[in-house]
Amino acid sequence: MTTTAHDIQAEAHDHGHSHAEHHGPRGILNWLTTTDHKIIGLSYTITSVIMLVIGGALAEVIRGQLANPDGHLVTMAQYNQLFTMHGSIMIYLFAGPFAFGALANIIVPIQIGAPDMAFPRLNALSYWLYLTGAITMLLGFFVTGGAANFGWVGYAPLSDAIYSPGAGADLWIGGLMLTGFSAIFTGVNICATVFYLRAPGMTLFRMPIFTWNLLVVSILILLAFPVLTAGLIMLYSDRHLGTHIYTVVGGGSPVLWQHIFWFWGHPEVYILALPFFGMVTEIIPVFSKKPVFGYKGMVFATLTIAALSLGVWAHHMFTTGVVLLPFFSIMSLLIAVPTGIKIFNWIGSMWRGQIWFSAAMLFSIGFVVTFLIGGLTGIYLASPPLDFFTHDTYFIVAHFHSVVMALVLGGMAGLYYWGPKITGYMLNERIGKVQFWLLFIGTQVFTIPQYILGLQGMPRRMAIYPNDPQWQDLNTWSSVGAIMIGISTLLFVINIVVSWKKHPAGDNPWDGHTLEWFTTSPPPHHNFFRLPQIRSERPTWDHNHPDAKALAHGKDAH
Amino acid sequence: MRVEAKILLWLGLFFGIMCAVYWTWSMENAGGVMMFFGTGLCLLPGSYYYWWSRRMGPRAEDDPNATQESGAGYVDAFPGSSIFPFTLGMGAFCIVLAMVFGSWMLIPGLALVIWAALGGIAEGRRGGTR
Ligand code: HEM
Ligand SMILES: [Cu+2]
Repeated sequence: MTTTAHDIQAEAHDHGHSHAEHHGPRGILNWLTTTDHKIIGLSYTITSVIMLVIGGALAEVIRGQLANPDGHLVTMAQYNQLFTMHGSIMIYLFAGPFAFGALANIIVPIQIGAPDMAFPRLNALSYWLYLTGAITMLLGFFVTGGAANFGWVGYAPLSDAIYSPGAGADLWIGGLMLTGFSAIFTGVNICATVFYLRAPGMTLFRMPIFTWNLLVVSILILLAFPVLTAGLIMLYSDRHLGTHIYTVVGGGSPVLWQHIFWFWGHPEVYILALPFFGMVTEIIPVFSKKPVFGYKGMVFATLTIAALSLGVWAHHMFTTGVVLLPFFSIMSLLIAVPTGIKIFNWIGSMWRGQIWFSAAMLFSIGFVVTFLIGGLTGIYLASPPLDFFTHDTYFIVAHFHSVVMALVLGGMAGLYYWGPKITGYMLNERIGKVQFWLLFIGTQVFTIPQYILGLQGMPRRMAIYPNDPQWQDLNTWSSVGAIMIGISTLLFVINIVVSWKKHPAGDNPWDGHTLEWFTTSPPPHHNFFRLPQIRSERPTWDHNHPDAKALAHGKDAH
Repeated sequence: MRVEAKILLWLGLFFGIMCAVYWTWSMENAGGVMMFFGTGLCLLPGSYYYWWSRRMGPRAEDDPNATQESGAGYVDAFPGSSIFPFTLGMGAFCIVLAMVFGSWMLIPGLALVIWAALGGIAEGRRGGTR
């Protein structure tokens, strides 16, 4: 077996065009007309991080209001808009697009040795639909009546034209339609890229786990998002065209909206989570100087999570009294098994490794710990008697914030890990570590009081609460945690400014395993000048360490 | 190609069983219908890929012993740049805003969409941009 790199020009794929330099429009026109997945991915990254900052700013106002039992920072009506738009921005405009549009767009084609996404123009369209969808939703703040205020789940009948008149609600629906189509197109694109543009020798079972997870996420997107879009069209039609699909008055059913919403909504939480699972699965082995522990188990766990996630949606509807409790409870509990396999394998990947506690690695470990807390409390919620007790309390808020803050930690890990590849320059490690500790400790200080508050019965989505000294203390602690999280996000922005074009990264600063570390930083137009021979899931490592190859992977490889 | 097909088929099979159990047990139609179509959404492309995989040999990317040379050559034409995704996106934006701010916004919206459609097709005929 030979590991010499063979000269295959990525440009050879692009017939008639044989220069590494790409001659296209420059400046703003370049941004508007680009079909390069790396530039599109970077636009996605920047836009979604801006959304994180906007959503975070709203959250700080919410926590400011709740720092006192009868806060007067905002009115009750404004509070409703605040939590609705905070949730909507974070889930629809930050977490989703960041998960499958940002780093995924840049990294997936490179990890499988592809010159671009399969449908570059469609990829550009995805970004424009995402950007315009985000603008549409945010426009709500500037119309009379203000932004949507019925919670990010838009439950009927609260979201109908009688209870929520005004343009804000319609802008919310319109924005979701645009971002929904954007997601669907990204799903199509990633599936096609992974199915058709892999490099020679890159069999499915040699793909990096990050790419695997994005393939599965794309399949989930294709299954889930059309349902949401259909549901939104029906909601709009109820509001303006006189239908009664979700209203009892005309013979419709409000619970139908919940079924439709959560049939999208629970797969969505895995659409959000799996890409971050993938990121830390790339990072932990690299910084432990070991191959990933249990590669096939990881793939199997991802597929099982996806398969089960389509059959658990009504665990969000236990208290409606009209869903099949045992079915949804059993299915939800089963998801803990593949998730447990993943946690086990992450620990296995670190076990006895030479661990390098870089910022990316710290964020990854923080992800595992925080996600474990969120996952364990999820198991409690999957049991109907416990859910009856905690539904619509701060316990729920704490549960999903453990989960989603874990995703923020994972996302930061990804940015510190791949940032040098994308920009060509390192991020400052020391600021990164301070940022990590603030974010990690802040997250726990923020959520743990909420778990306790929830168990004591504090309802969610309330602008004021009874003047009980213990509740006040717990809420103040939670607000302190929120401020720590806010500062850590600012540190990230500062880090970008401080390390702007300071320390060139080189092609492979972390001694990475996968193909993106084989090409230059940033990669050339169409990604590769040459590719190594691919014989395992770690082609770059094999090439750089001929004496310590990963065991050949896949049937009769030699 | 065969492994790709099998993933979709296995997922479809799992969803199918889940759908059957759920629908008969709960008699709740909304979820049953959605699961049913979810099953179809896996089985349909899955069987298409499977059908194809039986009609073609393994590709270089399916072959664990493939060398880089075996994949050299023409893969596809990738556009260097194109304005039409942007035009189409802005058209969709205007159409959605028409739902809120009045149907006059359909005029710029549809104009942009039609321009993007015609321009995009013409660009494709020319073999893409460089
Ligand atoms: C072991 C896995 C998990 C289980 C068993 C689980 C279970 C649950 C249950 C039963 C609820 C509903 C509680 C209620 O409203 O009364 C819930 C809420 C929630 N979960 Fe999870 N969960 C898991 C993982 C996740 C993940 C991975 C995410 C996100 C990436 C997530 C995000 C959420 C969100 C956003 C809500 C709140 C929805 C709302 O506003 O009502 N969960 N979870
Ligand atoms: Cu759920």
